[in-house]
Amino acid sequence: MTDHKPYMKPYEEEIKTFSWDISKNELGYKDGDVINIGEYCTDRICRMGKGEKLALIWEGYTGEEKRYTFNDMRQLTNSIAKYLTELGIKPGERVCLFMDKVPELYFGFLGVLKMGAIVQPLFSAFGPESLLTRLQDAGTSAIFTQKKHLPKVRNILKDLPGLNHIIVVDDDGVKPLREKETAFNMDKAERVDSFDIYPSKAETPSVLHYTSGTTGKPKGAQHVHYSLISQYMTAKYVLDIKDDDIYWCTADPGWVTGTSYGIIGAWSNGATQCVLDAGFKSESWYKFIEKHKISMWYSAPTAIRALMKDGTETAKKFDLSSLRHLASVGEPLNAEAVIWSKEAFGIMFHDTFWQTETGCIVVSNYPGMKIKPGSMGKPFPGIEVTVVDLKTSVPIEKKGVVGMIAIKPGWPSMIRTYWNNEITYKSKFQNGWYLCGDRASIDEEGYFWFVGRDDDVINTGGHLVGPFEIESALLEHPAVAESAAIGKPDPINMEVVKAFITLKPGFDQTKMLELEIMNFVRKKLSALAMPQEIEFVDTLPKTRSGKIMRRVLRAQEWGEEIGDISTLENDM
Amino acid sequence: MSEIKDTILEYVKNEYLEEGDDREVTYDTPIISGGIVDSFSMVSLKVFLETKYNISIPDAKASPEAFDSVNNIIALLKELGVE
Repeated sequence: MTDHKPYMKPYEEEIKTFSWDISKNELGYKDGDVINIGEYCTDRICRMGKGEKLALIWEGYTGEEKRYTFNDMRQLTNSIAKYLTELGIKPGERVCLFMDKVPELYFGFLGVLKMGAIVQPLFSAFGPESLLTRLQDAGTSAIFTQKKHLPKVRNILKDLPGLNHIIVVDDDGVKPLREKETAFNMDKAERVDSFDIYPSKAETPSVLHYTSGTTGKPKGAQHVHYSLISQYMTAKYVLDIKDDDIYWCTADPGWVTGTSYGIIGAWSNGATQCVLDAGFKSESWYKFIEKHKISMWYSAPTAIRALMKDGTETAKKFDLSSLRHLASVGEPLNAEAVIWSKEAFGIMFHDTFWQTETGCIVVSNYPGMKIKPGSMGKPFPGIEVTVVDLKTSVPIEKKGVVGMIAIKPGWPSMIRTYWNNEITYKSKFQNGWYLCGDRASIDEEGYFWFVGRDDDVINTGGHLVGPFEIESALLEHPAVAESAAIGKPDPINMEVVKAFITLKPGFDQTKMLELEIMNFVRKKLSALAMPQEIEFVDTLPKTRSGKIMRRVLRAQEWGEEIGDISTLENDM
Repeated sequence: MSEIKDTILEYVKNEYLEEGDDREVTYDTPIISGGIVDSFSMVSLKVFLETKYNISIPDAKASPEAFDSVNNIIALLKELGVE
C-alpha cells in the first residue's frame, strides 16, 4: 500500500487555505469549460493511464462475480449513451434507472449523463404508487429496469403517456416484450469506443433525486454537472480514497449517497470499488470485505448497529485487516457504534452529515482529526455551516445552543431547484442561509452535535419518508377512517414508521387487519414506508381546524414534553 | 409440517412477488439475501407467522438468517414449538 497520510491537511490548517480551485485544478477544469460527469468518471481516468485498472468488482447474492476496468466502463457507458441517442432520447429529457444494484445501474447512470439527458435513479423497492408519483412529476421519457420490476412499470404505464421507452436489461426472450418495451443487454452490446459526449456546462442539469417532505408529494432535487467539483473533493478529503484503495459504498444508487459517493466521488478519483447486490447479513458483509480486501468502507448507522447486534465475535471470525478507513452517513451515528467499531475493527467510523439537497458531505469527522464519538464533526472547508435561530434564522453565537443547521449558499453541489416546485425550493432559504431542516448545536471546539429533524419527516434506516405519503396510502384502505404516521424510536433504524389509525364502522381491531394494512402500504409505496407498528385508536389529536397533530403522538412515543397544545381540539 | 411449509411458501410468493414476477421460489430459495423480502418487510413476515401460528418470535431470533428461506423459517418455528 502507498503512503496513508491523509490527503487533507490538519483541519485548522486546511480551512485557512482551502478553495474549490484546488478541486478544479486537479480535475483540469476552468470556469466556462465543458464539464460532463460521465466523461470525468470514465474517459478522463483512461486518459490518465488507468484504463486497465479495475473500476468495478460486482458480486450478486449467489456469489456470481463480474469485473470491469475503467476502459470497459468507458466503452460500455458509451454503448448506453449511443443506444439512448438512437432511441431518440434528447438532452434534457429524464431517464429513470429502476434497478437493483446491478452493473447496468452504475454504468447506466454515467451513460445517461454522457448523452446529455437527466438521470433519475429510483430505489428499486418502491411500489407502483411511489414509482408513479415520481415518474409523473419528472415527465420521464425512458426507464431502465429488470424483468423482476417490469410488472410494477406495466401496472402504471397507462398513467404515464410520456413514458415511451421501457428498457429491460436482463430480458431472456422467454416471454415476449410488449409495446414500448425493448431489450438491452449491456454485456453483449456492441462496445462503442468513441462517442460524441454531450458538451454540458457547469449549470447543465444532471441528476434528479426524489426526496420526501412533511407535506405534499416527494420533491425532485435537481443537481447540475458542476456538482462534480464538490463530490470529487469531498470523496478525496473525507473518504480519503487513495489510488490503491478498494472502496465499498454500501448505499443504493436509488438514494443520493449511492450516486454522489457510490458513483461520482469514487470514479472521478479513479477508485476501484466493490458492489454487493444482496440483502443484509453480517457474515456475508464480513466475507465480502475479507474476500475483496476492502480498505475504505462507507456505510450507514443502521447497518453498523445491525452488525453490532451480531457481536464483535462475529467480526473477529474474519480477516478484516485490510480496512484502514471507515465512514458513515444517513442518520446520526451514536457514540456506542463509534466505540464498538474500534473494538471490532481496530478503527473508528467517521460520521458524515449531508443530505440530498447538499449533494456532498457538508459536516464531517476527517481522517487525522480527533473524533468525539457521537458528534457530526466540523464543516467541510469551503462550506460555511452554522446553526441559526429557529424563528429568525440568525446565526446563534452562543455555544451549545440548539438551532437549525444552515449553510451559506454557493458550494458547487448545492441543489439548483426542486423539479416543478420552485416555490418550495425558495422557501428553503431564509436570511441568506439554506436551511437543512435538521437541528443541532455547536460546542466550544466547533464540533456539531445532531439533535433531530425540525419537521415530521421520518428518518428510517437513513432514508427520509414523508408522513403525508403514508397517511394518504393508509386512507385508501377500506377499513381506515383517519390516520397519522410518525417515526418511533428503533434501536437499529433510528426510527421506524408507526401509524395511528381510527377504523371505519364495521371493522374490528385485529392482528390480521394490522397485517393487511401493513402489506397494503408496503405494496403501494415501499417497505420503508410500511408501518412497522399500527396502533388502533378511537380518536386522533387534532387542532380546532381539524389538522392532525402528529407532534403530540410523536412526543408521546418518544416520552418527550408535548409542548403547547392550546390548539388541541380533543383529549386523547 | 409440510402443510405449514406450503402455507409459508405460498404466502411469500403471493405477498412479496409482484404480480407477473415469475421467479421460482422454493423451500431453499434465499428470500432475504436474494432480495425477495428486505429487512423492512421482514417485520410483516414476522407478524404473519406470529398471527397465523399464535406465537411470539423474540426479536433476537428474528434474524435475517432465520428468515432467509422457508426451510430456515420452519426450523425456527420448530424451535418455538410449532408442529
